[in-house]
Amino acid sequence: MEQNIKEIQPGELLTHVVHYKHEGYRLVAISATTKDGIELSYSFDKEYDFIHLRLIIDSTTEIESISSLYSYAFLYENEIKELFGVPIKDISIDFNNQLYRIPIATPFAAKEEKA
Amino acid sequence: MSDRTVIPFGPQHPVLPEPIHLDLVLEDETVVEAIPQIGYIHRGLEKLVEKKDFQQYTFVAERICGICSFMHGMGYCMSLESIMDVKIPDRADFLRTIWAELSRMHSHLLWLGLLADAFGFESLFMHSWRLREQVLDIFEETTGGRVIFSVCEIGGVKKDISSETLKKINETMYVIEKELTELTTVFFKDSSVKYRTKGVGVLSKQLAFELGAVGPMGKASGLNFDMRTQGYAAYKHLNFAPVIDTEGDSYARTSVRIKEIFQSIDLIRQAISLIPEGDIKVKVTGNPNGEHFTRVEQPRGEVIYYTKANGTKFLDRVRVRTPTFANVPALLETLKGCSLADVPILILTIDPCISCTER
Repeated sequence: MEQNIKEIQPGELLTHVVHYKHEGYRLVAISATTKDGIELSYSFDKEYDFIHLRLIIDSTTEIESISSLYSYAFLYENEIKELFGVPIKDISIDFNNQLYRIPIATPFAAKEEKA
Repeated sequence: MSDRTVIPFGPQHPVLPEPIHLDLVLEDETVVEAIPQIGYIHRGLEKLVEKKDFQQYTFVAERICGICSFMHGMGYCMSLESIMDVKIPDRADFLRTIWAELSRMHSHLLWLGLLADAFGFESLFMHSWRLREQVLDIFEETTGGRVIFSVCEIGGVKKDISSETLKKINETMYVIEKELTELTTVFFKDSSVKYRTKGVGVLSKQLAFELGAVGPMGKASGLNFDMRTQGYAAYKHLNFAPVIDTEGDSYARTSVRIKEIFQSIDLIRQAISLIPEGDIKVKVTGNPNGEHFTRVEQPRGEVIYYTKANGTKFLDRVRVRTPTFANVPALLETLKGCSLADVPILILTIDPCISCTER
């Protein structure tokens, strides 16, 4: 299966998502990985054409929610916000870290090195 | 003016074996909104990738869900095989396909039983599960396990199926097909089933697409979308087309799943007739380095495995986007406007798997 990953800057996210929305792509997943910061992958599909937007942020960079464009993105965004501590603003339905009732805050976030 | 009330549904409810909670906002007896609460059993399985090496993680992936256990293991292995550029033997591809389709039968038959139980049709419930037992018997005979059987590994499969056993499986498929035809006549023709499912929880094709519905949920609304058509495993050698309906109601979702059981029987027969002789695995050496998004069609729909490796035996990330997670927004939409009495059946018709949702 061909991998089509497009690297973008955090500020370009909405522009690219608007483009894919207008092209008729559906949002398939939003994934986060802690590797040299927080690596985010937004995956889209149109008739099996599977593409990914890739952006890397640090834990203080706030990014825009895409739930105004893809309403159901709120679930993915709440998940990565709660597990990885990704700061996302204006999520259409924000569970405020109560999607998963886990006792540890942002358990998937990178651990800070002890001094 | 109608009364507005909020009724809690779940997290424990007789129709749901797993916990999901919905706050149902009602106007008289009609649902106007459903607010979900999930997270009661989140297990952090994706996090375990930091403690289990990439070979051991296959066993973790299989435990994401008891019903789709084999397909979770297979999808994870396929993702690692893509990163490591491993081409598995053709016979292994066919064996994976046979077990995957048996898993689909096992899942749909289990679901059919639960649906019958929710209707109050106890006998029908037991007959559905009796048929499912025959599939579990095949698993036990071919792998040693009945639900989680740990037969998939990176590089192929651990066990072969002899020609005699394949012949026996083929014969069992005819028995199941005959009995399933009789059984499902009730679901297709019984007036009370029709009364409680036709026109209930309608999801239009447009909404199904806009809300990201997958699997039978999307197919019942007319979305022609099935990952198997992309030809992974042995599907590229098999002749089939996705089962599609257009009504988008609970009846259509039931119909799609029933027809998919028959389709699975056909696919298993085709695979048995075409399976080549040869090895069942290749030796895999070294550690993976790279990333891959893999998509597989589970009984509940498209599942995505994202794996990111760094050249060591421990992966940086495993992420599993399960079909129920994708179907939650569509479920909330279908609940709007339905009667309170229809809620349990409607939730069942998306075949929710909370274990998958809360990996």
